[in-house]
Amino acid sequence: MSIEVKKNSQIFLDSNNTYYPEDELQVSSLVKELYKKNIPTELIGTGSKSFIGNKVQSANKLSLSKLSGVIEYLPEELYIRVKANTPLELIEKELEKNNQELAFEPMDFGFIENGKSNKGTIAGYLSCNFAGSRRFKVGSVRDHILGFRGVNGKGNVIKSGGTVVKNVTGYDLSKLVAGSFGTLVALTEVTLKVLPKKRLSNTIIIYTEDKRLVNELFDKISSSSSEISGAAYVPEEPQDESYKQNKEIVFKFNDLDSKGSFLALRVEGDKVSIDERVKALTKELDLNKLNTSKLDIHQSVPFWRKINNLEIFEQTKNNLLRVVIPPSKGNELMQKLGNKYKYYIDWCGSLYWIEVSSKKNMKIVEIKELVKEIGGYLTIIKTSPEYDYGEAVFTVDDTRLLLSEKIKKSFDPKRVFNPGKMYRGI
Amino acid sequence: MSKLVLPEIDKKTLDKKEYIFKALAKLINSENILSHADEIKPYETDALAVYRQTPLAVVMPENTQEVSNILKFCHEENIKVVPRGAGTGLSGGALPLQDAILVSLGKFNKILEIDFENKCVVTQPGVTNLAITHAVQHKSFYYAPDPSSQLACSIGGNVAENSGGVHSLKYGTTTNNILGVEMVMMDGTICRIGGKTLDQEGYDFMGLICGSEGLLGVITEVTAKILKKPQVVKAALIGFPTIEEGGNAASEIISNGIVPAGMEIMDKALIEATDNFSKAGYPRDAELLLIVELDGTESEVNELLKQVSDICKKNNCSSLKLSKNEKERLSFWVGRKAAFPACGAMAPDYYCMDGSIPRGKLAEALLEIKRLSKKYDLLVANCFHAGDGNLHPLIMFDGNDKEQLRKTEEFGAEILKACVKLGGVITGEHGVGIEKRELMCEMFNDNDIQQQLDIKSLLDEKNLLNPGKVYPILKKCAEEGRVHVHRGEEKFPDLPRF
Repeated sequence: MSIEVKKNSQIFLDSNNTYYPEDELQVSSLVKELYKKNIPTELIGTGSKSFIGNKVQSANKLSLSKLSGVIEYLPEELYIRVKANTPLELIEKELEKNNQELAFEPMDFGFIENGKSNKGTIAGYLSCNFAGSRRFKVGSVRDHILGFRGVNGKGNVIKSGGTVVKNVTGYDLSKLVAGSFGTLVALTEVTLKVLPKKRLSNTIIIYTEDKRLVNELFDKISSSSSEISGAAYVPEEPQDESYKQNKEIVFKFNDLDSKGSFLALRVEGDKVSIDERVKALTKELDLNKLNTSKLDIHQSVPFWRKINNLEIFEQTKNNLLRVVIPPSKGNELMQKLGNKYKYYIDWCGSLYWIEVSSKKNMKIVEIKELVKEIGGYLTIIKTSPEYDYGEAVFTVDDTRLLLSEKIKKSFDPKRVFNPGKMYRGI
Repeated sequence: MSKLVLPEIDKKTLDKKEYIFKALAKLINSENILSHADEIKPYETDALAVYRQTPLAVVMPENTQEVSNILKFCHEENIKVVPRGAGTGLSGGALPLQDAILVSLGKFNKILEIDFENKCVVTQPGVTNLAITHAVQHKSFYYAPDPSSQLACSIGGNVAENSGGVHSLKYGTTTNNILGVEMVMMDGTICRIGGKTLDQEGYDFMGLICGSEGLLGVITEVTAKILKKPQVVKAALIGFPTIEEGGNAASEIISNGIVPAGMEIMDKALIEATDNFSKAGYPRDAELLLIVELDGTESEVNELLKQVSDICKKNNCSSLKLSKNEKERLSFWVGRKAAFPACGAMAPDYYCMDGSIPRGKLAEALLEIKRLSKKYDLLVANCFHAGDGNLHPLIMFDGNDKEQLRKTEEFGAEILKACVKLGGVITGEHGVGIEKRELMCEMFNDNDIQQQLDIKSLLDEKNLLNPGKVYPILKKCAEEGRVHVHRGEEKFPDLPRF
């Protein structure tokens, strides 16, 4: 990158070749230069999830960390408009003041990275589109984005959407930006839909080793009108002492016996509605015939936080896979996993987090093939130091790759942003 | 309406009409090709009936491969294509073009699979929205988006328009309620996007296709998510002496942490119109009527209804009725659901607008519409999806009076511009189509529109799929945000036509 840009636009450049534009205009002028000179650049926020995806093929970095802060928050209109690199924690704190929240339940990938909480920024989170446990009930991150502003790969400032829920004016580019891993737009502003926070949360724990029963229960839960907002299963295997100990430490609650396998169900709302739902569920799921316990709000909230923070895989040195399947295929996948892998299931049977020990790329291939066969998809979230990149982090078929190339070209024709982050050539 | 600017007619296509028909007959069953004037007549317009065009031909393919073959042929021969679902769209998105083949998905009318295990229905795009609910309601499931035309509108059209309904705040619109689509690109490529899983990896093409108004691909299959019906649904019918008090109550309900399943507002003109039409028993002395629907468990709904009642009383409501049973709840909706026909009974024609505004700006918006109503000397009645901010002013006019037609169009455009000024958008759920094409510049600048056009030109490089819709035909935003046509002459005749 030439020094000329730095001088003209007065954009700070540190010794690591990282640029720190201070506003949208500076982002735009910087990207215009990058475009003109054909310079590939990695977009970064706080770097909380930078380990996800392929290594970006560039020496330059563009940090958007200075574009931070709440622009407008109207609780009665159920939206918050923020600069794109506002930390998620700050947004959540702001919403908390009005008893509101981001309903998609942001996860925290800091724990698997280095054992410490690091939720990162909204732009980073939106770019990954990984919703938390409430996904099957309320939708994904992309379902809660009302609009954005950003700079495309040519350096032009673009916007899409607005602040209202119902909006069909032009293509819905917010959806494309969600899950694009920073390969399309340098986000500068995001408008999020917010919702009232449920007052209380209770969790029913069902102890069972019977995998078939677990899948039957998942099916009943998703067919229930009792509005369950979390359904996860943590199996006991594998027969690995250190894993067992870790599991007991992570899920150490007064009313939870974490030694065996357990299925957790969350109900949220006012006390009266929780009681009513628990009563209905007791009948629907025949809970009286099962071994159960109940986590009150003081245990329920941290329990789901731990599930969402992937704490069971804290600082893992192994490969971590994120697998999403049609829930009806749960038995097949669980059978394949047997007792060989450390894993747990979220999203009422749809989402599997699976740890595959290092030097076992072949295992990833095997799981990937099965997942494809049953109509799901697999993303390698974290790779072990020994991982040899023999297997693609993301999966894409030829038709979708062709479409992806076209989409990329329309936003970022010279591949300035995060080249290679998702797929080769994009 | 004023003269409509459409893409330049390709004379080469018209000249080779016979060749085209012969070629099409090799691709699909010849009885599925309509060319006689009487056969084509019903396809000349969609629900924006003021605009009419005769298509070159209407084809009714029966399977995805046939759609692919037709599109591939048209792509190779540079022939424009206009896709059409049930033709219930209100913005002219399915308006034919004289030199285009209209591809009707009417024969794609089968539900392919009902999958209760994965909580979804795989269906062909011509199946109606309501038919999906009908197919699963025996097990107490339903498909959530419920546009008012759900009896007739097709699910493929819903995807193209990203249709909503009265329950969008809590349950989302089409984009939030489908899991997968199969579609055919203009060059004939068949793509499957998503499936039976939640979300997908990579770029969210499904999100892009939803609401793309038939410009990017032709939908040939939809996997729709189904939900279990709520345990209890109850409603409240509340009258207010002023617009401000009613608007404030609606805002307060939301800011008190209540998310109603549906929340509708009607103004005095509409209360009278619907009550005359359907004898709904609405409070005729009220300036504003609020219907709030809540769902959940029995005691939860009762508690929320109590909170809603308290908020409305605090805001000086003049009447308040809570539904005691399902029959009474449905009776609250009778008038609201008859809003459009009721206006139809009041004037020879009505023009339905579709802006969205922030909820809190309702009073301001209604006062502005009242002012404009006086300015243009045209009656207007308003209904408002207060849950999600979608405003539908219904302007009443006489279509035979050319001057009234002109005024109506101007009035409508001014309303939408006012919506944008209040922080809203020009279309909440009806789509841009040809109707609001030139108003896109009220919301977007050249860069914004260029980005969207770049996507279009990469996915349909010859601009053959539904051209002339959604984007201003002169590409760049005209200075005043509208394209003016003076004595049939277009501005900037040397610019490329889209």
